[in-house]
Amino acid sequence: MIEDYFKLSFKNLKKRGLRSWLTLLGIFIGVVAVVSLISLGEALKFSVASQFGIGNVEVISVRAGGVNSFGPPGSSVATPLGEKELFEIKSLSSVKRAIGQYIKPGKIEYNKKTIFGYFSSVPPGEDRKFLYEQLDGGLAAGRFLDESDSRKVILGYNFYVDKIGFDKPVYPGRNVLINDQSFEVIGILEKKGSFIYDNVVYMNEEDFKNLFNVKDDIAVIQVQPVDRNEMEKTKEDIEKALRKIRNVKEGNEDFEVSTPEASLSTLNSVLSGVQIFIVIVASISIFIGALGIVNTMTASVLERRRDIGVMKSVGARNSQVFLQFFIEASLLGLIGGLFGALFGTLLGVIGTASINAFLGSDISPNINFSLIFLSLAGSFLVGGISGIAPAMRAAKQNPVDALRS
Amino acid sequence: MAKKRSEEIIIELKDVHKHYPMGEVLVKAVDGVSIQIKKGEFVAIMGPSGSGKSTCMNLVGSLDVPTKGKIFLDGEDISLLSESDLAQIRGKKIGFIFQSFNLIPNLTAKENVALPMVFQGIDEIEREVKATNLLSLVELEDRMTHYPNELSGGQRQRVAIARSLANDPEVILADEPTGNLDTKTGEIVMNFLKKLNQEEGRTIILVTHDPDLAQEHANIVYWLRDGKIEKITKRNSVWHEVPFKKKKGEK
Repeated sequence: MIEDYFKLSFKNLKKRGLRSWLTLLGIFIGVVAVVSLISLGEALKFSVASQFGIGNVEVISVRAGGVNSFGPPGSSVATPLGEKELFEIKSLSSVKRAIGQYIKPGKIEYNKKTIFGYFSSVPPGEDRKFLYEQLDGGLAAGRFLDESDSRKVILGYNFYVDKIGFDKPVYPGRNVLINDQSFEVIGILEKKGSFIYDNVVYMNEEDFKNLFNVKDDIAVIQVQPVDRNEMEKTKEDIEKALRKIRNVKEGNEDFEVSTPEASLSTLNSVLSGVQIFIVIVASISIFIGALGIVNTMTASVLERRRDIGVMKSVGARNSQVFLQFFIEASLLGLIGGLFGALFGTLLGVIGTASINAFLGSDISPNINFSLIFLSLAGSFLVGGISGIAPAMRAAKQNPVDALRS
Repeated sequence: MAKKRSEEIIIELKDVHKHYPMGEVLVKAVDGVSIQIKKGEFVAIMGPSGSGKSTCMNLVGSLDVPTKGKIFLDGEDISLLSESDLAQIRGKKIGFIFQSFNLIPNLTAKENVALPMVFQGIDEIEREVKATNLLSLVELEDRMTHYPNELSGGQRQRVAIARSLANDPEVILADEPTGNLDTKTGEIVMNFLKKLNQEEGRTIILVTHDPDLAQEHANIVYWLRDGKIEKITKRNSVWHEVPFKKKKGEK
């Protein structure tokens, strides 16, 4: 009856010294690493993707500066994008719609408190619909900006729930000071779980240009292709057109055209790399843990030779002695894995909560039960495999010699 | 299948040898011993240190196999059995009592008594009931959940006696069972063994170096010296030496 061996093993494990438990650290650390970081990795992937707005798979983004630029989109760029580029892109046959979005940092004041945030323009005419579509959702309160609205703004959700530092939520109808000029808040966007959308202030392009005194400094041009299956072709068309009007050769572009797939794939490959690294570290750790179990079980066999002799003298067959030690080793592994999975899950939850707190996002902790189950099964297996040699050694003990020890 | 022998005789050692090398010397621990033990007898194997009595006990108890000769247990030749078959015999037919008690320290008194039944696949409820009864038999009903280190030497040995009875064996092998006990406690333990012999008809084989203990409790004493039987004494109304066939060259 196998459960009897489990009970006996538990009894033996309960009486184990600290040394035996310390040998479990390897398996513990390995499982913590796998469970916490893979869960967290999923959360990170989700978080980073949503933070950078890689949710909309139908839009191509064009930015000035190319891959070597740093800082906020469009800032500190030698040759910014302008109306000329926007017009050129709009006139391409593969492009359905394109809008230019101005983005600038600035000062915003409310409740006698000042913070610095990002401001984005809302394009005029029919183009504003495209932006609203990209915001993908409605309003938490108030209304969207109309063509006729002047000195009015809509705010991201974090202003509404006071996650921004004003110590007081901002509601539609209130006035805020932006770069020392008064603006009326007329709407609050729905929660997006992304600091890009939830912390940004939107205003009509005309107000934006007046306030920040900009003319031709578009941060990003958002492009919707005619055919969503022709992303790459549209991207090539845009690159070709921009190279021509900006007079740059292929390979020396001072702009960057990125498709959401490309961004996602870059992001995924980086995160996958991190995950592979973690899995390698975890594997090494588990291997060391397995050696620890071999060591502690071998010591246990030597320490309990007399007990083995007693077991044999009262009728235990070699196979039963083997089973006893094998199960004990498996349980050792399982206990290491269990604590590892618990602690790893806890770390995953805390890590996700920290990401949420830091980025103002709203990601649920990704508790992957099949991963936890696999980790536990793996730990049990690693323990068992590590216990085979010591258990065989126990089973082969000569009862007379064992009793004499 | 082993050939069936006399129904009366439960154990028979027939010209049994146990020789083993130790360094360059060949140790003749048991050197041509022949013993017949009948069912229900209380037998003592006596001898000084190194006389081969413990080796003899190991052979009778199927913990060891002879290098030469045959051992019959309940008519079955056990000298050529595999380790697995020997374990089965130990589990079912023989109960051991050791000088140093040999209880498993991580198990309570009741769990120690129940342990032999685990290896025979007896279910938990039956084990519980039987272990409780056996501990009551040795008057330890109030010590069932105690661990060995919470028991006195005498109590530990009584737990060991209860454990030896777990699978209802026909033969109980007691190797210096009072060796680690004071006289009074030793007497209590021996009385339990006597009770098992007289009231339950179990065969008891007592291994001891104490002639008084042997002669006080046993009916037959095999005196061993240098791995050989030196003499056999038997109690009728008084102790007298029993003649036996010695090997050629033996005095």
